[in-house]
Amino acid sequence: MNKTSVGERLFDWTNMAVMTVLIVATLYPMLYILFSSLSDGNRLISFDGILLWPQGFSLDGYKAVFSNATFLQAFKNTFFVLIVGLTVNLSLTAFGAYFLSRDGVLLGKPIMFMIVFTMFFQGGLVPFYLIVKEYGLLNSLWALILPSAVSTFNLIIMRTYFQSIPKELEESAFLDGAGHYKILFSVFIPLSMPVIAVMILYYGVGHWNSWFSAMIFLRDQELFPVQLVVRNILLENDNANMIGTSTLQHSQSVAETLKYAAIMVTTAPILLLYPFLQKYFVKGVMVGALKG
Amino acid sequence: MSETRLGKDLIRNKWLYLMILPVLVYYVMFHYVPMYGAIIAFKQYVPSKGIWGSEWIGFENFQDFFSSIYFFRVIKNTVLLSLYNLLFGFPAPIILALLLNELKSSVFRRITQTITYMPHFITLVVVAGIIRYFTLSDGLINDVIAFFGGERIAFLQQPESFRAIYVISEIWQQIGWGTIIYLAAISGIDQQQYEAAKIDGATKLRQIWHITLPGILPTVMIMLILALGNLMNVGFEKIILLYSASIYETADVISTYVYRKGILEFDYGYSTAVGVFNSVINFGILLLANYFSKRVSQNSLW
Repeated sequence: MNKTSVGERLFDWTNMAVMTVLIVATLYPMLYILFSSLSDGNRLISFDGILLWPQGFSLDGYKAVFSNATFLQAFKNTFFVLIVGLTVNLSLTAFGAYFLSRDGVLLGKPIMFMIVFTMFFQGGLVPFYLIVKEYGLLNSLWALILPSAVSTFNLIIMRTYFQSIPKELEESAFLDGAGHYKILFSVFIPLSMPVIAVMILYYGVGHWNSWFSAMIFLRDQELFPVQLVVRNILLENDNANMIGTSTLQHSQSVAETLKYAAIMVTTAPILLLYPFLQKYFVKGVMVGALKG
Repeated sequence: MSETRLGKDLIRNKWLYLMILPVLVYYVMFHYVPMYGAIIAFKQYVPSKGIWGSEWIGFENFQDFFSSIYFFRVIKNTVLLSLYNLLFGFPAPIILALLLNELKSSVFRRITQTITYMPHFITLVVVAGIIRYFTLSDGLINDVIAFFGGERIAFLQQPESFRAIYVISEIWQQIGWGTIIYLAAISGIDQQQYEAAKIDGATKLRQIWHITLPGILPTVMIMLILALGNLMNVGFEKIILLYSASIYETADVISTYVYRKGILEFDYGYSTAVGVFNSVINFGILLLANYFSKRVSQNSLW
């Protein structure tokens, strides 16, 4: 009964082989960065071919990253944007989602339409830039927080979740004399931890990975977030001021591994956390897809 | 009559409206005001007069774009890059989802999923850095080419390799993440259909073709409409991280052109006109795709 045919077994083995190739192709670039970041710079420069383990071993790249003032300042800026940004994101999204999940509010539908409309029509990059400039946000970290305070996609995910909370809970709270704010904070929020986790992840990864707004809105290097500093190092070889070493040869060697160490330091936090959080991310996609 | 109804509603739900107020302020300030600011496409923008005070010039900015030597180039590049991306990037996660679904070992499936989802979270800055280092003339890919006796090529300086680099890296980054929605659609298919097919002696491939594919077709159609609606919407972030003047010939798309003209060269009115032109075309394509899908498969966005 359960005997598998030759054709079926051939299919299974081919499938496994294709998947293995895909896994290698996905992982290798990341491993390459990891190996390079741990290598000895001079040996790395002269190395040709496929890197399968670190060339020599040295933590100079990481030391250069963590002892560098520009980098440390950039981390501070990114954490500021992350913490303040998340606070703004979460409060506005929760307020918006709660309002939009209420029945019997006269302006509920028009307001929902007004919000969803922005998913299809935007003013475009240049008017957006000029307006942010007119608000006086240029060269301020608030330019990385306020213009992206609410993501419509996330707002809809949270609203969908709120709509699935049984009405009886809310009604009994009303009978006990609770107002909307009390109901939101003591009934809805405690019941919505999975979706709040999704929100923290989506908004958080967004802040952590963002660089373009910083590039167009910020002028002073002291304000740059981590990703913008990394971009300048990777793409413009702007690492001369990163390394304070004596000999030319040594500084070239550190410059080589510094690039890879910088990538590791900015990417590793997400990649290390991610397997534990995977199910929440996936849940977010699913809830979003149901509505979207 | 209706005014008193609205008034009563505003009073009765005042705490609720107070809650949505900051959200509305956000949408007005950062979405609707910029949308209205797009009127500078029809103005001669002068910084000292600002968006509202600058003078109207009708369609002059648009005419400048239509008669510019860049008009044809950026449109061609946008459409080609998008089409290649759609042609190779759209089916990739569907195929992967079908293959993942057929994996016997659930442990192996979970490992494959976890690993292929990962690149989705890597920032474009890093992805662009990896692409740059791997394609250098003394980079990894060229080392392999040289090992097999080929000639070293600085890929990122070659206009003819840009589209391939863009599409391949896009697939690398998004193939795994793209499967989530299709895997969910597959899990919704009635298992009895497979049992019946097995009894009838249908092979794996036949089961995929006759049960799984039709089962996920509605999802595929919706995703296709959305992808078509974004056909002229090639994002600029990855491109401005990768391109250089030597490959503008193939790499410069509408959005990068807007970015360069507007943000770098301060030609605000003109670049906004290019952006507005792009949005109008996009919306038109979305309507068309939706219309055809409705006619052909009864699946539509609205």
